[in-house]
Amino acid sequence: MPVTRGFQRRRPEPDRSRLPPGQYDTGSSWPVLTAEATPHQPAEAWQLSVDGLVEAPHTWSWSELHAFEGSSYFGDIHCVTTWSKFDMTFTGISVDDLLAVARPTSEAAYVMAHSVTGYTTNLPLADVTGGRAWIVWSVDGKPLPRQHGGPVRLLVPHLYFWKSAKWVSRLELMAEDRPGFWEQNGYHDRGDPWLEQRYQGD
Amino acid sequence: MPPAPLAAWTDGRIIELDHPTATTVRLRMHVEDRPRHLPGQHYLIRLRAPDDYTAQRSYSLASDSDDPLLEFLVERQPDGEVSEFLADVAEVGDVLELRGPIGRWFVWDTTTPVLCLVGGTGVVPAVAMARTARRLGRADLVRVAAVGRGPDELPYARELEKHGATFAWTRSESDGRPAGAFTRDELAPLLDGVELAFACGSARFASYAEELLLDASVDAGSIRVERFGPTGG
Repeated sequence: MPVTRGFQRRRPEPDRSRLPPGQYDTGSSWPVLTAEATPHQPAEAWQLSVDGLVEAPHTWSWSELHAFEGSSYFGDIHCVTTWSKFDMTFTGISVDDLLAVARPTSEAAYVMAHSVTGYTTNLPLADVTGGRAWIVWSVDGKPLPRQHGGPVRLLVPHLYFWKSAKWVSRLELMAEDRPGFWEQNGYHDRGDPWLEQRYQGD
Repeated sequence: MPPAPLAAWTDGRIIELDHPTATTVRLRMHVEDRPRHLPGQHYLIRLRAPDDYTAQRSYSLASDSDDPLLEFLVERQPDGEVSEFLADVAEVGDVLELRGPIGRWFVWDTTTPVLCLVGGTGVVPAVAMARTARRLGRADLVRVAAVGRGPDELPYARELEKHGATFAWTRSESDGRPAGAFTRDELAPLLDGVELAFACGSARFASYAEELLLDASVDAGSIRVERFGPTGG
């Protein structure tokens, strides 16, 4: 691990209780990172399904999603490309509320989140339950911008942000894990920022 | 086929360094026993301060895998702690930590006919694809449409010109073409026979590029996008 000649810390010592290893505080900017073309999807035409290993597969419309009791996340997000953004407020509903309706079977142990673009990302069921994951449509009090996944994205803020699938349209409950889009393309299966699980082999 | 684990961090030595444009630095680095890469892949570059503080960013490769050196083109970002160091402080002989190659999505498989619609330093992966295509004797497979302010401000403009690239200059008229980005009519003939389109550049450029491709009837599933830059708003 060579010291880089002439390189000095330029930023103050970050708050390591908030900033996972290898991350930097991106401040007020919010980079857009997407591998596919941003879809045009009017909110009113949005649908979200929960299916797979559930007792009651269900599809909600945009207005039906809003009938759930709202739920917000206030806190930080971490992108595998090394930026972190502090003090974000996302509003939508808890994934727990959707799963309470669809009722995962006892075999269900993993979730594949699908977006309308065909993007997928896999998660252990335990990572999207217990108040740790949301379906969100607003950020800092405004509608979620299209380039950030609007009208609807998954939010799993305790994992790297590629797990928070933009334009999410389906949560598929599965018994076995299988890799999603980035997970097939070299990224870590789980993506815990605090364990710096960026790439396969980390 | 399960993907192979990613390479660990390794050391890379800067062998050549120059500044092709006022805001960019080109680094050519040696890495011992490095794995082969596909054009479009990137590496992480990590800097380490004496107090063990580190900063890392990812940069696309411009080099073909047969090149004995890895080539990066880095644009100096305002207050960019890594890019400003590379542009202003780094020298030939310096050793930096590298990790890669990374990425299996924004890559050219070396056999599919593709169009690269790229802007500014987003030309870098297109350069890697064009170089690889030339080495394979299949320059025809990689078509490049590049947007820049002008020929002197777009890195690799002359090399891409030799490759047969089409340019849109946003700040200067050229051969009767008014200044401005590509129009749908200009793009359409470049898409003939193309099976995949790569869009690469700043967040703003990438949004323009993907909209233009969709507008030109490219299937959304055939578009691969790489965005970079300090902010996307």
